[in-house]
Amino acid sequence: MTTRSSDRHTFSASMKLADLIDIDFNLLGVFSRMGLRFGFGDETVEEACRKNSVDPDTFLLICGVYSIDGYMPSKESLKKVDVNDIVKYLHQSHSYYMNVTMKTLADSIERMMEPCGEKHKAIIWKFFSEYKEELSKHFQYEEDVVFPYVGRVLNHTEEEGFTINQYEENHSNVDEKLGDLKNIVMKYLPQECDGQQINNVLMNLYSFENDLAKHTIIEDGILVPVVNRLEYHEEQ
Amino acid sequence: MRSNSKKALFIIPSIILARGLESILSDMGEFETLGILTDLSRSSETRLRNMDADIIIIDPIVFDYESRANIRSILAEHSSAAVIAFTSYPLSDEAMKQFDDVIGPFDEPAAIIKKMRAALEPRQDASKTEGEDLSQREKEILVCVAKGMLNKEIADAFNISIYTVITHRKNITRKTGIKTVAGLTVYALLNNLIDLNAFE
Repeated sequence: MTTRSSDRHTFSASMKLADLIDIDFNLLGVFSRMGLRFGFGDETVEEACRKNSVDPDTFLLICGVYSIDGYMPSKESLKKVDVNDIVKYLHQSHSYYMNVTMKTLADSIERMMEPCGEKHKAIIWKFFSEYKEELSKHFQYEEDVVFPYVGRVLNHTEEEGFTINQYEENHSNVDEKLGDLKNIVMKYLPQECDGQQINNVLMNLYSFENDLAKHTIIEDGILVPVVNRLEYHEEQ
Repeated sequence: MRSNSKKALFIIPSIILARGLESILSDMGEFETLGILTDLSRSSETRLRNMDADIIIIDPIVFDYESRANIRSILAEHSSAAVIAFTSYPLSDEAMKQFDDVIGPFDEPAAIIKKMRAALEPRQDASKTEGEDLSQREKEILVCVAKGMLNKEIADAFNISIYTVITHRKNITRKTGIKTVAGLTVYALLNNLIDLNAFE
């Protein structure tokens, strides 16, 4: 995994897709959310992106955020960003989280709680369902309010009142609940639970948490500043 | 290391400054350097919780401008140590008053030690009851939180101040690692502090 600043230029448009994954397999998620399908043979980033109507610079920017810790996009790279691709990526992540990640997590939690009594099952299940519900509401807000607003800014048809800065307020509670779930699973489950299954759930939770953190960087570090600039130009 | 020396932890991004401070402490005795964190990422927070520091020396630059007025409360979630700011530029009054004191890179070693000693003084007699288990009172308050009672209601029920309730809640969160009311409710249920039937 690449974390040193000297590696910041690791990804370029002339690299082969397969090599990107080889450098950091966490990029698998980015590939599928951007619509790049397997069977890409020896295609380069440039070729694959053109074929799928994805802007290569935007794709590389997202890959950078994903695999380099603390990566902050430069002003220059933000100028080149294709906002539609960013929104498409965020939208695909949302549906991946709700349809795939939450299912995997639910299955692993169910297996983990299998040996426990009904009471304990109910307690954990209730907490998880509430978390899932809250997460879904959070995403839904972005889908219903934020993304359409971004679309209107792009079409120069936005109305007064809402600005992109207003939307970054409600991340914290979903993050805290995820942290709580981790602690509960790691420290406080009844002794009957199988260690291997707890392990499994924790791996899922940590990997989701990591993915979500990158997702937030793409929202706060790319989408918000870019839309901010567009709003500012509108006012001129 | 002397076992009775006080333990200091640095949260300072500049290794040069942190090492300089470390060498001053080591020359002067009295304080022992427990460790140096260069940021306050999640993994640093975890380390912070596990280091039993008596005093934290932090460069406010670790936080962005908006969060600088809340440094104390952010640190308080992870540690009950005294907190001294280490900074080469002036802080706003608002930011200043959260620290026990402020030192800078041009302070004399003796003056630094003096300020650190003074910051710890009010704590000398506060006996350390810091087990990781919840105290009886904390358990009682946890149950109220889980039942959905507000801080004000809890304060009235136990005839204590609302600030005391908040301190208890901070300690509960620090000890259990659980922040949300829903999470604390799960903790209380799993530990049989409340009954599922009574709860529903």
